[in-house]
Amino acid sequence: MRRPSWVPEGMDLDRPAAARVYDYYLGGSHNFAADREMAREAIEMWPDLPLIMRANRAFLRRAVTYLAERGFTRFLDIGSGIPTFGAVHEVARAFRPDSRVVYVDNDPVAVAHSRLLLEDDELSTVVDADLTDPADLLARPEVADLLAPGEPVALLLIAVLHFVTDEQDPEGIVRTLRDALPAGSALALCHASLEGRPDQTETHQALYSRTPTPMTMRSVERISGFFDGFRLVEPGLVYLPQWRPDEPAEVSENPERMVGVVGVGLLP
Amino acid sequence: MTTPPPSDLPDTTAPSPPEPPVRAAAGVPDAEEWARLLRSSQGAAMHPDALHRLVSRTTALLHEAQATPLLDPGPAAEAGAALVEAQFTDPDLLARAIGLLHAGEPGQPVLAELAGAFAAGWAGALRERTLQEQEAIRFAADTARREAERALRESEARFRALFESAAIGIGIADVAGNILAVNKAMQDIFQVSAEELQGRRVTDLVHPEDSPGVWEAYEEMVSGKREHISFDKPYYRQGGEVVWTHLTNSLIRDDNGTPVYQVAMMEDVTDRYRLQERLRHQANHDPLTGLPNRSAFFERLEAVFDSPEPGARFGLCYVDLDGFKVVNDSLGHEMGDQLLAAVALRLESALRPLGHMVARLGGDEFVVLLENCRGEQEAVAAAKTVLAALSKPVPIDGHRLAVGASVGVLERPVAATTPLAAVRAADLTLYRAKEEGRGRWTLFDPQRNARSVSRYAVSVRMPVALDRGEFFIDYQPLCRLDDGSLSSVEALVRWRHPQLGVLGPDEFIGTAEETGLIMPLGRWVLEQACGQAADWVQRFGARAPHLNVNLAVRQLRNAGLVADIDRILRTTGLDPKRLQLEITESAVMGPEDDSLRALNSLVDMGVSLAIDDFGTGWSNLAYLRDLPVGSLKIAGSFVSDLKDSGREQVLGWRIVSGLVSLAHTLGLTVTAEGVENADHAERLRSMGCDRAQGWYFGRPSRPEEIVKRILESTSERN
Repeated sequence: MRRPSWVPEGMDLDRPAAARVYDYYLGGSHNFAADREMAREAIEMWPDLPLIMRANRAFLRRAVTYLAERGFTRFLDIGSGIPTFGAVHEVARAFRPDSRVVYVDNDPVAVAHSRLLLEDDELSTVVDADLTDPADLLARPEVADLLAPGEPVALLLIAVLHFVTDEQDPEGIVRTLRDALPAGSALALCHASLEGRPDQTETHQALYSRTPTPMTMRSVERISGFFDGFRLVEPGLVYLPQWRPDEPAEVSENPERMVGVVGVGLLP
Repeated sequence: MTTPPPSDLPDTTAPSPPEPPVRAAAGVPDAEEWARLLRSSQGAAMHPDALHRLVSRTTALLHEAQATPLLDPGPAAEAGAALVEAQFTDPDLLARAIGLLHAGEPGQPVLAELAGAFAAGWAGALRERTLQEQEAIRFAADTARREAERALRESEARFRALFESAAIGIGIADVAGNILAVNKAMQDIFQVSAEELQGRRVTDLVHPEDSPGVWEAYEEMVSGKREHISFDKPYYRQGGEVVWTHLTNSLIRDDNGTPVYQVAMMEDVTDRYRLQERLRHQANHDPLTGLPNRSAFFERLEAVFDSPEPGARFGLCYVDLDGFKVVNDSLGHEMGDQLLAAVALRLESALRPLGHMVARLGGDEFVVLLENCRGEQEAVAAAKTVLAALSKPVPIDGHRLAVGASVGVLERPVAATTPLAAVRAADLTLYRAKEEGRGRWTLFDPQRNARSVSRYAVSVRMPVALDRGEFFIDYQPLCRLDDGSLSSVEALVRWRHPQLGVLGPDEFIGTAEETGLIMPLGRWVLEQACGQAADWVQRFGARAPHLNVNLAVRQLRNAGLVADIDRILRTTGLDPKRLQLEITESAVMGPEDDSLRALNSLVDMGVSLAIDDFGTGWSNLAYLRDLPVGSLKIAGSFVSDLKDSGREQVLGWRIVSGLVSLAHTLGLTVTAEGVENADHAERLRSMGCDRAQGWYFGRPSRPEEIVKRILESTSERN
């Protein structure tokens, strides 16, 4: 039984939300005026943002493809947002039609939208839970069921850990999740780094203080710490475009401009 | 349901679309350039195969549009829509696509038409897609809001359940004090329905026993100066009955921080409060008699002294039962207790109607307090009432117990004294009443009180006086009558009392004996005096006087006396032959007495003994046979009373003469005390008295004076 919250958070569409801002960056219209206003402001200051988001989306596709090709059929996508474009279940099922995906998000609008989208999908579920309370997240029946021993699970933390503050102990959260994964499971992670565009860090983080999920970009060293206990697959921890590109030639000259540091690790 | 998300996946099942012609027709962009354009936009996120298929499909459609003689806008529009479907929604992309479409032969109308149809298809699809996505996200937001509202309702339901079924009373009021809602427990506390409470004002619920400051604190809270207050507060129920509550009142603010509501939570603590009251009563009342006890009496007395009216007077009757101990000892404590309870009842019923407080101080002591006393007569009347109330025997268990009382009466202006002094004075007055015979009252006498008080001051102060060095020793000469030379000095302890001035031994030795302080004090005197005498011996050799020191009865009874004196003599280095201890006749009870052994040990040690104040006690001369004494001191009264001539004087001298010859017969030396003039000294010398002491030979004085005497006598002799 879940502990009831005293008074539930109200809905405030006048406040931008990371999931809808991300949708705007990707050219979607699943957003409201406040989201668009913030996204436009961000792009004006940092015109690369739409490119970065596409690169992030492409990494998700490549990582899921890689994992599906290796036989993964269970995916736990935390911070799934509004998955209109290249959602995990679609990518995975191109290789493994029996793939099961549990989408988790703490944004009530994103959750409602995902449910709408996946209404008829028997192998996908959406859970309204918060990454910062991993014990509660793991206790949800849908999640517990997915993590039942037997088959490895691909844990996807794509562009979500940088919305967890240091006070909320991101390392501890990842440890808790890792310890709940069956043997042979995988972690695919994308995290905004401090080193990529140090000139943008401060203003960009300041913009996200408007949202319910402030942003904390971290050093590559700290990001690598999230893979404690995992064995990183080739090419290890790299910038977004460098991770197993579809065509090696298309990797641009300055991959750090994409800021996101990514990797896929496997548990023994 | 929105459009299913466009797939950017390699389609492994569908047949490949027809390959576009190698050379582009006019207006149809080169496939490579077209692919580059798409890859620079949303295509970056797509799988290369999917992008390839999109490029093929759109260029094929554009070819198809071009191929008809009159340009068919359909396929061109479809190509634009296909891009939107693949999330190519960036207007910048459209601009660059149109640029490519025009690149063939600029200005050609058919190309403009193609570009127009493509753009219209793109825009139409984007409009449709945007509307659908907006609809979808609105719908999602509505769903989320409904979900939030449902959660809110659930939360409210939980709170409502909490409110309704809470065991403590909860009430909500606005900041103006209007009660808006109360729960069941609150209704139970007030024993009214919700309707009867709702609409009343918090500020109407005043009770005279409200703690001071409770309403000020309430005002501070509702005005936002504090968040909550907590008090024990009484309330009236409808029927006038009082309910005691423990109340916590908290402020509720709106989003802007403005106070809007107050929530009161109260617990019925009436039982606890009553228990506290009972405990307080028990703490202030004597359980046996039910009268106020000592602490309650003092509390009340102190209240009398707390800011009195000018000229206010009060009275105290200190009552002590006569012969209560006899009842207790002969009939048992149970009977004694019943007697005390009966006495208490009589006193209470006789004096309470007069408006006086009767309290039991303990044992068989009672006190009557007269507040606002009108004068001595009223206090005396109260004392007479006490005696009258106890004049008739008290029937208990078939016995008729005659119980009298003594009463000490004190009646004074409040301003003239303090509670403690008043009680002490009343107590001393009671003892005078007892001494003067029982069954009577005695009125406070300021002069007698002063003397008693000084005795009191002595006994209270004495324990610390020794530590603080308030005692000192004077020495009085004892002179040989044959040549007037200084034979010995008697050590006399003095007390420089901080309030009473210098006190002589008569004024405190009795108290010291009663309190046991005589032991350390006596030891101190011996140490000091022996040290002094030894010092004189060192300085003046044989010319130094011997030393006389008084021993109290209690010191004699102390088993450690011999060892003490032995130690003192050894540490000071005083020759035991130079020390004479003076004891009184009453000191030794008989030949079996332990103290006799002690005295013999002392004599064996070389110390000599003198009987002090000889002739004043119950002189059983037989003891002189057993005691190892070497000297008698004839009490000063024998000589100092010989003032007048005549028969009494003649008789007096005969007695003194008899005492001297008695002593000599027993082989003892004789010292006469109280010698005040030369005439007496001469008569004593002529009758053979050995030594004399008294003002004529020198008053008690400081050691320096003695030193002068030693030096003078030496120079005279030389």
